[in-house]
Amino acid sequence: MSGGTLFGLCAALLVGVGLYGMVANAHPLRKILAFNIVGSGVFLMLGAIARRGAAAGLGGDPVPQALLITGIVVAFSATALAVAVLLRLFDVTGSVTLSADVPAKPDADAAEAPAKPPQSPGLG
Amino acid sequence: MTTPGGLLLALAVLVPFIGVLVGLVLGGRNAQRVAFLTMAIGFGVAVAVADHFLRSGAPVVYLLGGWAPPLGVALRADALAVVMLLVVAVVIFGIGVYACADFGTPSGAREARAPFAYWLLLMAVWGSLNLVFVSGDLFTLYVALELLTFAGVPLVSLEGRGETLRAALRYLLFALLGSVLYLLGAVLLYGAYGTLDIALLAAHIRPDPATLAAAALMTTGLLAKTALFPLHIWLPPAHAGAPAAASAVLSALVVKGSWFLVVRLWFDVMPGVITLSAAQLLAGMGAAAIVFGSIVAVRQERLKLLVAYSTLAQIGYLFLMFPLAFDAGGTALVHGGALTGGLLQAISHATAKAGMFMAAGLIYAALGHDRIADLAGVARAMPVTVLTFAVAGVALMGVVPSGAYLAKKLLLYAADDSGQWWWTIVLQGGAVFTAGYVVLVLANALRGAGVPITLVVRVSRRSEFAALALAVCSLLLALAALGPVPGDLVSNPLAPAELGSTLLTFAGGALLALGLARRSLLAPARADADAGPVRRGMVAVGTAIANADVLVRRWPSASVAMLAVTALFGWLLAAGAMSN
Repeated sequence: MSGGTLFGLCAALLVGVGLYGMVANAHPLRKILAFNIVGSGVFLMLGAIARRGAAAGLGGDPVPQALLITGIVVAFSATALAVAVLLRLFDVTGSVTLSADVPAKPDADAAEAPAKPPQSPGLG
Repeated sequence: MTTPGGLLLALAVLVPFIGVLVGLVLGGRNAQRVAFLTMAIGFGVAVAVADHFLRSGAPVVYLLGGWAPPLGVALRADALAVVMLLVVAVVIFGIGVYACADFGTPSGAREARAPFAYWLLLMAVWGSLNLVFVSGDLFTLYVALELLTFAGVPLVSLEGRGETLRAALRYLLFALLGSVLYLLGAVLLYGAYGTLDIALLAAHIRPDPATLAAAALMTTGLLAKTALFPLHIWLPPAHAGAPAAASAVLSALVVKGSWFLVVRLWFDVMPGVITLSAAQLLAGMGAAAIVFGSIVAVRQERLKLLVAYSTLAQIGYLFLMFPLAFDAGGTALVHGGALTGGLLQAISHATAKAGMFMAAGLIYAALGHDRIADLAGVARAMPVTVLTFAVAGVALMGVVPSGAYLAKKLLLYAADDSGQWWWTIVLQGGAVFTAGYVVLVLANALRGAGVPITLVVRVSRRSEFAALALAVCSLLLALAALGPVPGDLVSNPLAPAELGSTLLTFAGGALLALGLARRSLLAPARADADAGPVRRGMVAVGTAIANADVLVRRWPSASVAMLAVTALFGWLLAAGAMSN
């Protein structure tokens, strides 16, 4: 088995594990982590494609490597935004549940109004 | 090769983002001023791009840094992109005028958080959308799509309440799941072809397993971001919870970004790889969205949720054109009447839905609530706003004379030509479902109140007329018959056949509203248990569908549905490739 195939299979495995995590975990933070695992799988795949497409004298095809870096930046920003919203949700409601139809705390709305935590500037 | 006017494409993307940065630095109420200055410049840029396109008759192209694909990145504006650039510039301006009342910095304060964030995000949404329209390669499109999501998510939670934060987080996480599928597809395409440039890919694309898997993954990822049924987990709470000026942006514009990308992918990247059966599945999901979304909309108690579910139904309409756009042999998607119809539908929806959300927001602000059953007397207190809702509703229904009417005609012709009679039924029947919730709201709003109602606040005149202007724009799109659309389609709107179908639409809608409304329209005080058997039966169906909606919108069922849709698309595409 060539290195490219091995890395490709590892990437597929990571994507599968991550997708399972995103579907099966109820906790938003675990979903965010699972998203990062899927992302790692995709980036590994890009790396394998870069290696496979290497021209003579080069370690790898530079275009996928550039895409890889950009993709990591995007995934990083997505993670940061998600964690920021999650923290704010915890600040405001005291819980991090995602199911909108069943409020986690029956008095969440009542507790919300008087004790509003300070506005954090980083969320906008 | 960069064509004359190519630099304008870079400007179309850069101007809004420069607006974001300058607004961020100047801060406070300057953000709003910068936003309006940006709108003026951005509109000029869009008009200039259109001018260059019309004069040369060929796509405007700009090569970033002078590097040609596959090494470099190209920006391209074809007819689709030019139209969308102009429409978005107009809608953003209309929404901006409306938002002045809600998101003006209060006098005395140096800076308020929500207005400051709103104007920056509005510009960010605009810049991202422009990038979606002009990008010439699939990876730039991925980045544009992510930017659009990142700008849209905070718009949902501008008010910072717990439920809106929860809606924003659901939206973000589900959108991320969608975008990672899209990226995976793009990576597979790069692995197979060594380029992501749309023009180069289109020249080399062949139906091998990697391409088919990529098509299925990318399509499903984009559908999740567009919130096509059954992947609409995030849409109702996000669109209903956001402030009206933000809902208008999200519903009129943001979902169109990922829809536009599906169009790009199917029509421009892999027109010959997509099979008719896959297109039937896509349009079938659209038809389900129309029925499902409209019925749940009629069952809502709150006006903003009704409008949010109506968005869900209208998104369904946008996907009906795909099976109708195949060539005579049914082998490849072609640019033609069906695509024009679909685009016209998207435009008329963008303007009408923005107007409708604004009208709902004004009613909410003026009454202090938006319970549909308690709207009696509103028409007398706020005639312009109720007129806006009516005009927007008529425009969405697609009765004469409106842009959606022309769109429907084009699609009906395409359905006749290709012999797909079942889409004729969906196109004609869909209007009845739309009429259902429009009639419901208008019947309640036009009812006289026993005592004149008192408004909690006086709403701004300017906001009322901005909303009305956008709704009227949607009607005026019928003027497209003078130019790009064959004029004989609008033969005579007052002919008996046309008038009859309009009346039938309204009558069907009225029946739907009578049968399904939460509180009976004829006898508001009567309990459902005392109603006749027809009403009881319809209420039972409506309740069952609303319960099914709750079930479909659970996270596990929605994400499993996403994987199932991916598999289904992959299977249909592979079956088509093998039979060829």
